[in-house]
Parts: sequence; C-alpha cells; structure tokens
Amino acid sequence: MNVVAAFAAGLLFGIGLILSGMTDPGKVIGFLDVFGRWDPSLAFVMGGAVLVGSFAFRFAHRRTRAFFGAAMHLPGNRDIDNRLVLGSLVFGIGWGLAGFCPGPALVSFASGVDQAAIFVAAMLGGMVIYHAAERMIHEPRRQARHKA
Amino acid sequence: MSVDWTHFTPWASLAGGILIGLAAAMLVLLNGRIAGISGIVGGLLAPRRGETAWRLAFVAGLLAAPPVMLLLGASVTPRIDAGFGTLMVAGLLVGVGTSYGSGCTSGHGVCGLSRLSPRSLAATAAFMLAGIATVYVARHLA
Repeated sequence: MNVVAAFAAGLLFGIGLILSGMTDPGKVIGFLDVFGRWDPSLAFVMGGAVLVGSFAFRFAHRRTRAFFGAAMHLPGNRDIDNRLVLGSLVFGIGWGLAGFCPGPALVSFASGVDQAAIFVAAMLGGMVIYHAAERMIHEPRRQARHKA
Repeated sequence: MSVDWTHFTPWASLAGGILIGLAAAMLVLLNGRIAGISGIVGGLLAPRRGETAWRLAFVAGLLAAPPVMLLLGASVTPRIDAGFGTLMVAGLLVGVGTSYGSGCTSGHGVCGLSRLSPRSLAATAAFMLAGIATVYVARHLA
C-alpha cells in the first residue's frame, strides 16, 4: 500500500508541477527576475501548496503513525547551521542559472526535453559527489572514534 | 520593477500549487514521509534497506506525469535559454547544494513552510535570495 500511495503522490505532484508552470524554466526565471519584468505566478504555486500543506502537516504532527501504518518521519532538527544556509545558497545559484529545481527537472526529463536530461545528469552527479565526499570525511572520523 | 502580465498565470499556478500540496499531504498522511524531491532522489543514490521501494515508486509517479498530462491534452513548451555548459554547472550546483542544505523547493519550500519550520524558512529565504541575485547578475549585469 505504501508503494501505491507513493506512486500516486508522485504522479499528483508531477501533474501539479506541469499545471503550475514550474516545468517552464522561463517562468521560474521570470519569477526570480524581480528587478526586470516580473512574473509573480510562482508565488501562487507556493501559496496554494503551503495552504493545503499546512492543514495536512498540522494533522500529521499530532499523529505518531501514518494511515498505512508506517512511523511518521518528520524532521526534528531545528538548528539553522552553516550547512543549511550555505547549501541552500549554492542550490539557489544553480536554480537561478538554469531555472530548474529537482522536481521540475525530473518531470521535464520525462517529457523528453534534452536540456533537462543534461541538467538531471549533472544534478545526480552532484549528489553522488556529495555522498562520496561525506563518506570520505565522516568514515575515518567514525573509525577513529571506535578505536578511541 | 514591472509585472510581466503576458506570462502571468495566477489560476493555473494556484491550481497546480494546490495539487502539489495535496500530493505532499498524501505522502505524509498515508506514508509518514516528507515530499522533498532532492531528499527522495538522494536516498536512492545512497540506498538503505527498506528505504528504496517507496522512493522509486514516488519518482516513477513523477516521471509518469508528462504522459498522463499529454493524454489529458495539455502540453507545455518550455522556454530554456541555458546552453550545455550552464546546464551542467547549474545541475551540479543544485545536486551538491540540495544535498548539503538537506532540501530544495519542495522539501524546504513547500513542506517546511507548511510545518512552519524555522530551518526551512531560513533555507527558503537563502535559495530565493541566491536565485534572485543570480538572475539579476545574468540578466541585468552580464
């Protein structure tokens, strides 16, 4: 059941991205271009999504288990640290350069948009590089702690 | 600042946003998971037991959206100015940045803001400002 629900949620998410205009990089860059000819549409995407989401998450926070039985996996970390801010700044630069963020890029890739395929390949490469770097930095530290 | 009325689509964007919110609601209420695309995909690249099937199913649903929309008769012609080099650099920055910052427009932007998470509010402010600054430099200075 969890797999079926995940597929349905992914499909609905993707349809929402297409309908909202998020899969058009021109529209995304138009939204970020507040000093030029500004297209405010994406504020409506955020507004609609957060409006529905706030009801759902208020409900979710009161539950310990999801309806299909799994435990609630809600982030508990509340620290605003350098990783969070630096990572988000780097993400924002990439977002502004091409007008793609991860969801719309994957959906556009599935639409057969060549540029999205290049972007997705580079994005997955970036994630793999990050995981490899994490392992290289954290694995030796963990082993050192074990020995000590 | 002037508003680009020709491309402004408040109703379609609001409707799409509501669907995105419903999808995030479904995933958290039925499965207990946050609909953060970068996190879901990142989890597939560093797989752990019992963490793969639902992630694959969500991504498969996402990838099935364009053919379903085509059947419904809706097609988009995206406006893409970025060339090969820009796409490569942008993709790399997005991949590394969302991993390091633990989220993107969906995880921090939609789910995090819905949860009133101070972390996600800071992250969203950071990537919005960086995006605005980047577009300003690329469009009006370069």
